[in-house]
Amino acid sequence: MIRRHLPFATVAVIALVAAPLLLEPFRLGLLAKYLCYAIVALGIGLAWGQGGMLTLGQGVFFGLGGYSMAMYLKLAEGGGLPDFMVWSGVEELPALWVPFANPVFALGMAVLGPVALALVLGTLVFRQRVRGAYFAILTQALAAAMVILLVGQQGLTGGTNGMTNFFELFGQDLAEDSTQRGLYLVVAGVLGVLYLATRQLVQSRYGRLLVAVRDGEDRVRFLGYDPALVKTVTFAASAGMAGLAGALFVPVVGIISPALLGVVPSLELVVAVAVGGRHALAGAVLGAVVMGYAKTALSEQFAGGWLYLQGALFILVMTLAPKGVVGLAGRLRRARTT
Amino acid sequence: MPAFLNQLPIGLSIGAVLLLIALGLTFTFGQMGVINMAHGEFIMAGAYTAFLLGDLLAALPVAFLVAGVMGLVLERAAIRHFYRRPLDTLLLTWGVSLVLQQLARDLFGAPNVQVPAPSWLAGGVGILPYNRLFIMGLAVAGVVAVWVYLTRTKLGRRTQAVVQNRQLAATSGIDTGRVDMLTFFIGSGLAGVAGVALTLIGPVGPALGTYYIVDAFLVVVAGGLGQLRGAVLAAIALGLLNSYAEFWSDASLAKVIVFAVVIAFLQVRPQGLFVLRSRVLT
Repeated sequence: MIRRHLPFATVAVIALVAAPLLLEPFRLGLLAKYLCYAIVALGIGLAWGQGGMLTLGQGVFFGLGGYSMAMYLKLAEGGGLPDFMVWSGVEELPALWVPFANPVFALGMAVLGPVALALVLGTLVFRQRVRGAYFAILTQALAAAMVILLVGQQGLTGGTNGMTNFFELFGQDLAEDSTQRGLYLVVAGVLGVLYLATRQLVQSRYGRLLVAVRDGEDRVRFLGYDPALVKTVTFAASAGMAGLAGALFVPVVGIISPALLGVVPSLELVVAVAVGGRHALAGAVLGAVVMGYAKTALSEQFAGGWLYLQGALFILVMTLAPKGVVGLAGRLRRARTT
Repeated sequence: MPAFLNQLPIGLSIGAVLLLIALGLTFTFGQMGVINMAHGEFIMAGAYTAFLLGDLLAALPVAFLVAGVMGLVLERAAIRHFYRRPLDTLLLTWGVSLVLQQLARDLFGAPNVQVPAPSWLAGGVGILPYNRLFIMGLAVAGVVAVWVYLTRTKLGRRTQAVVQNRQLAATSGIDTGRVDMLTFFIGSGLAGVAGVALTLIGPVGPALGTYYIVDAFLVVVAGGLGQLRGAVLAAIALGLLNSYAEFWSDASLAKVIVFAVVIAFLQVRPQGLFVLRSRVLT
C-alpha cells in the first residue's frame, strides 16, 4: 500500500512544498505553465493512450477554457469595454460576452463548454464508427477551423493577438509574487487531484473496458457493450481537462491567443505524451513537463536549432522507443532484475 | 456578371489544387494507410524547385522527381517500420515535416519568394484567368494519368491488389515491399507537381504546405480511402463549398462551415463517398 503510493507522494511533496520554496518566482511561473500543459497531456493520455483515440484537437478545448477565463478577467477589470474592442471599433459589449462577467458562469463554461462540444462531436463521429486516422484528421481540421474563426472575429476575440494585459484575479493583483505562488499551488493541486482521479478511472471496470475498446472495438461490441458511448465519455472527459487547463493557463501566463491552440500546439502536446510514454498516465504528465522545459531552455539558446532537435527527437522516439521514456525505464528495470 | 458566378472559377480552382494534393494522398494515405504530414513539405519542395529552375514546364517533371525521391527516402528509412501502427506515422512524419520546414528556412530564407508566372499564362478567357485554367488542366491530366496507371498497367494493378488484401497479394507472389516503395514515390511526386502549380497562385514560403494539408486530408476522408473518383468529387465539392461559404458568410466562418458539412456528410456516409468493401474484422 505504502510502496504503491510512495512515488506519487514524493512527487507531490516536491511539487507542493519544495518547488515554491526553492524556485524563484519567474521559474515557478514557468513550471506552473508546464503543469497546465501537463493537465491537457493527462487528458490525451486518457483518450489516446488508454482509449486509442488520437485527438489532434485538444488545443480547441484548451482554447475554449482559456478564452472563457480571459473574457471574465477582461470584464472583471471594470472600466467599460475591453481594450482590444475599443481598438477594433466595437462600441457596445457583444451579447456573447455579457454572462462572462459572472465568475461562476465563466469557470463553468471553461469546463462544460469543451465537454459539451466533445459530447456532440464524439456522438456524431463515434456513433457512425468513424475512427482511427479519420478521427485524427477530423480533430485536426477542427483545430485549424477554430484558429481561423478566432483570428477572423477580431471584435469578439481580439484576433491574432488574442487577449492579454490581465491585472487581477478575484481581487488579487496578478503581478504580485504571492498571487503567482498561490496560482502555482492551485495548478499543481488540480493536476494532482485529476491525476489520482484518472488513475482510479483507468483501474476501474470502466478503464478495462476502455482499453478493450482500444484493442478490439468490434469484439467489445459483440460482447454487448456500446463502444461509442465509452469513447464519447472518455473524449469528453479529456476535453474537460483541457478546458480547465486553459482556464488556469490564462492567469498564470497572462495571455491567450490563437497561436497557443492551433494545429501545431495541439500536435506538440500529443508528441510530448508520446515522448513521455502514452500508455502510462505518469508518462503523459512527465512528457509535457519535460518537453515544455526543453522548449523554453533550448529555443532561447538556438531558435532554429530547436526545430531540428524537436523533429529529430520525434523521429528517434517513434522509431526506437514507441512506448516513450516510461517504456524505456520499464525495459531497463526488467533487464536488471532478470 | 453576377458575383455569384464569379465564385465558380475560384471554387473550381481551389478544388483543382486540393485534387492535385489529394491525388498524392490517395496513394500514401488511401492505399497504404500512412498519414504523411510531410506531404505538405513535399509540396513545398516542388514549389522551391520551380523557384530554382524559373521555368514552369521544366519544373513539373523535375519537381515530381525531387519530391518523389524525398518520399522514397522517407519510406525506406522510416515509414516501412511503421506499417503495423499506422497512426504513429502521423507523429513521425510531423517530426520530418518540422525538420524540412526549418531546412527550407535555412536554405532559402524565411521570407516568401515569388516565382514569376510565364508570360503565356497572362490574361484569360472571360472570368477564367489562364493560370487557374492551367491548374485545372493539370489536375485533369493528373487524374487521367493516375487512373491509367492504376487500371491499365501491371504495376498499378499490383498496387490495387496490395491495397485490397496485403497478405493475399504477397502470397500471390507480389513483392509488397517494392509496391510500397513505388506507391510512395508516385504519391510524393504528385505532391511536388501540386507544389509547382501552387507557385502560379501565390508566393512560396517554408510553411506553404501547412496551409493546404489539413483540407487535403479532409478530401480523402470525404471521398473515401484510396478512391480516385471519390477524391475527384470530394475535392471539387470542398473547393466549391470553401469559396461559396466565404462568399455567403465571411472568410473566418467558411472553414467552420466546411467542417460542419463534412461531419454531417459522414453521418450519411461514415466511410466517405465510395467504400472499398471488405470483410476484414478490425
